[in-house]
Amino acid sequence: MISRILIYASLIVLAVIFLLPLWVLIITSLKDLDEIYAGGIMDLPQNPSLQAWARAWGTVCVGLNCTGLKAFYANTFMMAIPSVFLSTFFGAILGYILIKWRFKNSELVFGLILFGAFMPFQAILIPVSQTLSYMGVRDPVLSLIIIHTTYGIPFTTLFFRNYYVTFPDELVNAALIDGAGFFRIFFKILLPVSTPIIVVAVIFQFTGIWNDFLFGVSFASGKDVPVTVALNNIVNVTTGRKQYDLDMAAAVLAALPTLLVYIVAGKYFLRGLTAGSVKG
Amino acid sequence: MAQLVIDNITKAFGAVEVLTDISLQIGDGEFLVLVGPSGCGKSTLLNLIAGLESITSGELLIGESVVNDLSPKNRDIAMVFQSYALYPSMTVRQNITFGMDVRGVPKVEQREKVQEVADLLQIGQLLNRRPAQLSGGQRQRVAIGRALVRDPKLFLFDEPLSNLDAKLRVEMRTEIKQLHQRLGTTIVYVTHDQIEAMTLATKIAVMNGGVIQQFGTPQDIYDNPTNVFVAEFIGSPPMNIFPGKVCSDGNSAEIQTKKSGNVVLELDRCEARDMIAPGQEILVGVRPEAFSNQAPLGAEGNVQTVDLIIDVVEPTGPDDLVIIELGGKEVVARLEPQSCAPETVSTLLIDKTKLALFDADTERNLLQS
Repeated sequence: MISRILIYASLIVLAVIFLLPLWVLIITSLKDLDEIYAGGIMDLPQNPSLQAWARAWGTVCVGLNCTGLKAFYANTFMMAIPSVFLSTFFGAILGYILIKWRFKNSELVFGLILFGAFMPFQAILIPVSQTLSYMGVRDPVLSLIIIHTTYGIPFTTLFFRNYYVTFPDELVNAALIDGAGFFRIFFKILLPVSTPIIVVAVIFQFTGIWNDFLFGVSFASGKDVPVTVALNNIVNVTTGRKQYDLDMAAAVLAALPTLLVYIVAGKYFLRGLTAGSVKG
Repeated sequence: MAQLVIDNITKAFGAVEVLTDISLQIGDGEFLVLVGPSGCGKSTLLNLIAGLESITSGELLIGESVVNDLSPKNRDIAMVFQSYALYPSMTVRQNITFGMDVRGVPKVEQREKVQEVADLLQIGQLLNRRPAQLSGGQRQRVAIGRALVRDPKLFLFDEPLSNLDAKLRVEMRTEIKQLHQRLGTTIVYVTHDQIEAMTLATKIAVMNGGVIQQFGTPQDIYDNPTNVFVAEFIGSPPMNIFPGKVCSDGNSAEIQTKKSGNVVLELDRCEARDMIAPGQEILVGVRPEAFSNQAPLGAEGNVQTVDLIIDVVEPTGPDDLVIIELGGKEVVARLEPQSCAPETVSTLLIDKTKLALFDADTERNLLQS
């Protein structure tokens, strides 16, 4: 009983510590500037108002574009959704090949693919930009899709490979005897039972790509930048007093989609992670 | 339906040879059981027949044609797997129709075929369930149904009963046998269970170490095991094997025992008696049911009596399994229930025509060497 109490007490303390910044973020965004500058960071707002949120979403100027964050939301979604989809799909196919269509040195190939997961972002910036210009890709959204898809594949391949290790070979053999080919086995037999690991891959990729700053700032500019770069431009470019209410509201808005993904799919995320790690 | 010819097939994984010079042949409608301990290569041989592994050398014929280089789907086979291998995301009906979908069988015909096997296997009420909602025996039936709708030349079964509990295993065994009698299909069946092999097969291939030890009808293999391995593998309890030495008359063998003194077994009715010389070390094989303690066991001249001390009595109901010691080995005799007591001397009858003799070094049956 006492150990129960201890466990709950320490969990609650830790949860409070972790949630405190978010709390400060939100209450500060609801205050007006005078109240913020008067101090009392933990005090509740006296006249709570969503005015800063409305400005952050709709009217704040980012560089020369006074359209608020909403336009940059669209940029990030346009880049993130295809990247998440493509990297998850290719990871699934690769994982399937590496486990169910083993070939000579397939483990070595897997090791090489995995090597990509340990490559630091900064190290590949220049090679990537050279490769993109060699390919003739100039569109910022397309550039970012190619980069994020490529960078995501090692991780998604690892997830799917480890998940498919537990999938019985006999099922693949049965489908082969039934006459099914490579893609039919993948789409009809394996993919329908891959939901947990698809959720893991999607969450992992979506948060990673949504939160990316370095590639966004390097390969896009002006009105094409993703929301993370736009947030940086709002916060770092101010005239007069620093607009803390606006900065806080913009920061929450920029983080909201990843937060929602975790809340909606978080339990699948945990389940999928453990399911994939049982074997392999 | 077709014959199956396996001609000199060898399978190697890298430098490791797992099957060596496998040759056998079965006719249309036969039930071949590949039986042996785990790791003997029986499942590999089945995978070669299915086309799931490639053949290193030799020829494989299904029907009249060589199928070495055909992919599994073109061999006109169907397979039932040990784990049933039902597609988890599909209903029973979809599991059964999947192969027909792939082959482009018209929907109307599919529906008829599903109905047919559902009636045959009594799985009609399960058609809309998923595999996870089925019991082991039901899954087994669905797996068989999935194979049946194909109407293949050759059925392959890979240890289909080993995941079932003992009672269900016996029931399903009978069902498979009935199915074979009714449909008359050619079947290749892999198992490590010699009782399944004996009860189901029209031909058995006993395998060990990647080599066929003996190929023949169940009764032939039971009566005339080609070597000590087969003798000890087939039969439950298996054939008793113990060492002895041929006496100077060349017509009997002396067996040493710890408690009962030396026993002399008469070999005058033994088919292999021309193969032995006085003083030769041999291994003697006796099936448990070749012992008795109640006359008559056979014609008078064919029976010999010996006095032996009983070590243990294990009642099974219809018989008592009585354990005695001969030549340093535990020997099991199947006797009438409650006919003897442990730690006492009992006079046992031995059917002399049922003795098998093996070479002490090569362990081969002397009749066949």
